[in-house]
Amino acid sequence: MTMSPDLLLDQLRGLAATPPSPLAERLYTSVVGVEGPSSVGALLIAFTDQGISYVQPGADADQFADEVRDRFGRPIRVVKRPPGGVIEALRSGRARQLDYDLRGLTEFEQAVLRKTLEIPRGETRPYGWVAAEIGKGRAVRAVGTALGHNPVPFLIPCHRVVRSDGTEGHYGFGTAMKRDLLTAEQVNLDEIHDLAARGVLYLGSDTTNIVCYPSCHQARRISPDHRVGFRSVAAAVAAGYRPCGHCRPTALAASA
Amino acid sequence: MVATIALPDESLTWRLSRDLDAEFADVVSSFEAAVYTTALRMSGRADDAEDLAAETFLRAYAALRQYDPARIVELQLRPWLITICLNAWRNQVRTAARRPARDTRTFVPEPAATGESPEEAAERNDEADQLAGWLQRLADKQRTAIVLRHVVGLPYAEVALVLRCPEGTAKSHVSRGLTQLRALMSHDPEVLR
Repeated sequence: MTMSPDLLLDQLRGLAATPPSPLAERLYTSVVGVEGPSSVGALLIAFTDQGISYVQPGADADQFADEVRDRFGRPIRVVKRPPGGVIEALRSGRARQLDYDLRGLTEFEQAVLRKTLEIPRGETRPYGWVAAEIGKGRAVRAVGTALGHNPVPFLIPCHRVVRSDGTEGHYGFGTAMKRDLLTAEQVNLDEIHDLAARGVLYLGSDTTNIVCYPSCHQARRISPDHRVGFRSVAAAVAAGYRPCGHCRPTALAASA
Repeated sequence: MVATIALPDESLTWRLSRDLDAEFADVVSSFEAAVYTTALRMSGRADDAEDLAAETFLRAYAALRQYDPARIVELQLRPWLITICLNAWRNQVRTAARRPARDTRTFVPEPAATGESPEEAAERNDEADQLAGWLQRLADKQRTAIVLRHVVGLPYAEVALVLRCPEGTAKSHVSRGLTQLRALMSHDPEVLR
């Protein structure tokens, strides 16, 4: 292959390329205001091409845009529509299928948030459960910190993670809001408190011999006559019960 | 009627100085091909090139947020962005050198279809791959000069700005690079088919 100078220059020009998809889509963060859960009211949502990256209560989109810009260092555009499925997820409390952009968080923080997404509406899990489920059984305090910094509250339901004694525990927007959110999801907090006061942190059924967290939908189906309370999973296992496969009080028992 | 001469770059910096977030999308769409081409032909890797180009624009955005409007209006966006891209690339090379090696295959995206047959396209891609490979073997200065002048298509004035040298020096980098490139090509056994 001999090449004239012009042919070489033509071929060099042929090495120019355009990005596979427009880069602006990868760079911008969009912000949008929506109606949140009734106990929260107006909600502001930031999202990228990867998914939802930041959520705060409030209605001032411009102020929120400034906050998001400082936080992520990306250009902002205010848009009219949230990503598909968000409105429905806020209404139903089922937000697990949405895409989240958690870049910038540590692997541990991401694992905590992804695990928290698995907690169904209407149920709660202790901080220690999240720690055990992600294989960091001793990092209970760090789980609390990671959830305290949850950039996507309400959608990633950090309000469903509670203290092991059944009380609500800390919440970034105040314990009262945490209680309101859980109550709106039909979590029977009064009953959980009453049980905890009597030293009951797990409920078993003497017909199925399965033991659950009290908020587990399996536990809520146990009729009063067949409900058996336990202080620990170990005590339940000793009594011939096996841990529920749905709410999995197992992991916590194993790490305790 | 007075004919007006469009000065897209100038008016873009003016608009940018007024509303950074709204106009930045225009900066990206105007220069993404130049930045991406630079990233692709310097790194030699299509997967890296996209990240590198995105990082370039994020760095540019961060800098623009700090600049006052007068400074933004004066910017020559294209050489400025390409300089940022080259810095980001050198940074990446330095970081990679400190980390264990990973996959080093070279990916070259297919240019847009032009009505040619699959055979013609394959042949052209082969040739493009080879040429891109030879480019990788040039000294940094010469490769940069050739990529900027003949692949991206910058005028010498902008090449000189990016290389921080007089135009004459930029020209000699390019011409020495082309000589080197031809020498490499004529000695490459693959050329002798």
